[in-house]
Amino acid sequence: MPRTQKPTNGRTRRSGRRSPLASVALIAIGLLFTGGAYAMISTSTATAQTETASQQTVSEGEKLFAANCATCHGLSADGTGTGPSLIGVGAASVDFQVGTGRMPMQANGPQAIVKPVQFTEEQTAALVAYVASLAPGPAIPEAEYLDAEGDAAAGAELFRINCAMCHNVAGAGGALTEGKYAPALDGVTPQHIYEAMITGPQNMPVFNDMNVSPEDKRDIITYLKYIENNPSPGGFALGSLGPVSEGLFLWIFGLGAIVALTVWITAKSN
Amino acid sequence: MSTTTDMKPAESKKSGGFTGAAANYIDERTSISTAVKELGRKIFPDHWSFLLGEVALYSFVIILLSGSFLTFFFQASMAEVHYEGSYVPLKGVEMSVAMASSLDISFDVRGGLLMRQVHHWAALLFVASIGLHMLRIYFTGAFRKPRELNWVIGFVLFILAMAEGFTGYSLPDDLLSGNGLRIIDGMVKGIPVVGTWISFLLFGGEFPGTDIVGRLYSLHILLLPAIIVALIALHLLFVVVHKHTQYPGAGRTDTNVVGYPVLPVYAAKAGGFFFIVFGVVMLMASFFTINPIWNYGPYDPSPVSAGTQPDWYIGFADGALRLIPPGLEWVGLGGTWSFNILIPLVGLGMFIGVVLLYPFLEAWITGDKREHHILDRPRNAPTRTAIGAAGVTFYAGLWAAASSDIIATHFSVTMEGVIHTLQAVVILGPFIAYFITKRVCLALQKKDREIVLHGYESGRIVRLPGGEYIEVHQPVDEYERWKLVSYTNYKPLELTPNAQGKVSPVQRVRAGLSRWFFEDRIAPVGTKELEESHGDHH
Repeated sequence: MPRTQKPTNGRTRRSGRRSPLASVALIAIGLLFTGGAYAMISTSTATAQTETASQQTVSEGEKLFAANCATCHGLSADGTGTGPSLIGVGAASVDFQVGTGRMPMQANGPQAIVKPVQFTEEQTAALVAYVASLAPGPAIPEAEYLDAEGDAAAGAELFRINCAMCHNVAGAGGALTEGKYAPALDGVTPQHIYEAMITGPQNMPVFNDMNVSPEDKRDIITYLKYIENNPSPGGFALGSLGPVSEGLFLWIFGLGAIVALTVWITAKSN
Repeated sequence: MSTTTDMKPAESKKSGGFTGAAANYIDERTSISTAVKELGRKIFPDHWSFLLGEVALYSFVIILLSGSFLTFFFQASMAEVHYEGSYVPLKGVEMSVAMASSLDISFDVRGGLLMRQVHHWAALLFVASIGLHMLRIYFTGAFRKPRELNWVIGFVLFILAMAEGFTGYSLPDDLLSGNGLRIIDGMVKGIPVVGTWISFLLFGGEFPGTDIVGRLYSLHILLLPAIIVALIALHLLFVVVHKHTQYPGAGRTDTNVVGYPVLPVYAAKAGGFFFIVFGVVMLMASFFTINPIWNYGPYDPSPVSAGTQPDWYIGFADGALRLIPPGLEWVGLGGTWSFNILIPLVGLGMFIGVVLLYPFLEAWITGDKREHHILDRPRNAPTRTAIGAAGVTFYAGLWAAASSDIIATHFSVTMEGVIHTLQAVVILGPFIAYFITKRVCLALQKKDREIVLHGYESGRIVRLPGGEYIEVHQPVDEYERWKLVSYTNYKPLELTPNAQGKVSPVQRVRAGLSRWFFEDRIAPVGTKELEESHGDHH
């Protein structure tokens, strides 16, 4: 091993350049460190978030809040005419709304739409800590419920009974009244799915732990991740929208192809 | 030894070896050569739109083949079992045997999922191609005498195809099909007095009961296909008896058919076309999921999925239910009167009735009792084409309404906005479509006249010796001209008093309708007009 390493080092020194792999390795190490550190911080906030959020994080969150959220939610987060009070909404609510890019809201409308996330993870954590410090509320879920390794069949049944009327059986989303809608659930992280269930964002009802137990929520996440990671056995799913997309496909592509072929068959040879 | 002596004279006659011998054997026992001679010389005109009915026939054959495969594995029972097949997110879930066997076809029978998808895609194609075929027949006036009865048979086939589709959609007993049946149950129960009785009779008790899948299965694989096969045979027999229609063109008259004989050209084309249609269906079935029952899960009356729709051909009925304004229930006379169900039921019933009887209505209005074997170009029957466009708009509005929720989410508009817009489309749209289409037809007829009389603009400007500039017009060739001038110029019926010297109210209505039909018309260019126009160069 040392023998083989020495010549390489010598060569790189001679040419005066680092190995092209070195920068990749450096980045990987850096990412591992920051990612690991973040994972440690986020798990620690999850387990005991009310106590461990340091005063420094809270005050940082308060500043961010005053600059980005207070216009609608009020300087002390107690709500104004344009935004609701955030006292008691809990850490999970802020983590969902800010973490999915729904907040800060782009424009007033039937509901906040998903857009690119505006804050870094540290900033989101600071906002979470600040709002959570105001009053107790639903905490960020524990990792054991987010592993998507529960019972997919039980989750599917719970999903059909509790969620499918708005989100569609395959989580493809659906329409609500007055321009509101239930979004598609493809690609939503387990943590955000869980937080949505316990906080009921936008027009969604709250599914608290008395209603759907944490284990049940884990099963639902398991089902959603199952259909996300296992493509439709029948081929392209056409958006999983049901008979409308099937009918549209048949008329445009199926019958379209057939008509094109009839024209070809009856065309006169040149 | 005797065989060799027998063979020699046969060879000298050059009877065609084995094929000839086999043909002779069959003919001596069935006299089939008369039929082959007759059918083989049948002429079919060549036009792409004449193949749409064939597409329907071929999809039906595909449906029969794939459906037979499915019956080997499907069990039409509503007994409760726990699913133990290979699809993980349904393992251990309680469901009916029908649903479990459909899942087994999808996941545990070799080729089962492909056959299910072939069957379903072919079913969608079957109804769609019938629809397109019917539009072709309508807009070219191919339903006129002597083909009125064949129109009725064809339309009944369309309704039966929808019934086949709906019964098939309900068989797997999944969530989607159960919701569909629940809507049918609701519609049936909305019928005053007898509705509840009919519903209990149909479902063998309160919905959903344990009988409905078995009953629909009998209809789906026995009764309906039998009627469809019989009607298809009758439909085709009529095509042979009436001979095929053809588009107007040089040398084509009401007494001839210009085209290719069945043998060998048309048989080869049509036979090949069957495999092409089969191929298209196979490709769709191989690459695109249809009716993923594993997503829907077993039927349970409590959940309803967002985006629950019927297959496309029932969409217009679903759309009518979505568009009817709320609050039309009325309690009185010993019951609840659900006008929000009765109005769509009656409205759609009337629409279907008008389409079914349209050939007779038009014949009565126009008083046209002649046989027609030459098709109308749609522009040459402006009122009929406009009525057709109005009907298509009405149907399309209802059809679109069935996907109102999908339209709302995918175009970021409100559900209410979609519903109100489509309500306007369904009520006002037909009138707008009627007027626009009629004007467009008349304008196209005017353009045809212009082309016949003055030819095409060539873009070549010539200066005459006197200093005048003219654009040279290129005259239309004779074949093209035939197409442009050969149509009948109908005039409105005139009111004629009967033997008592009176005009009956029925006659008055008829004359009024006839005036509406033929009031605006562009006469075809006559010979005299044509001759006069030749002298005039400009």
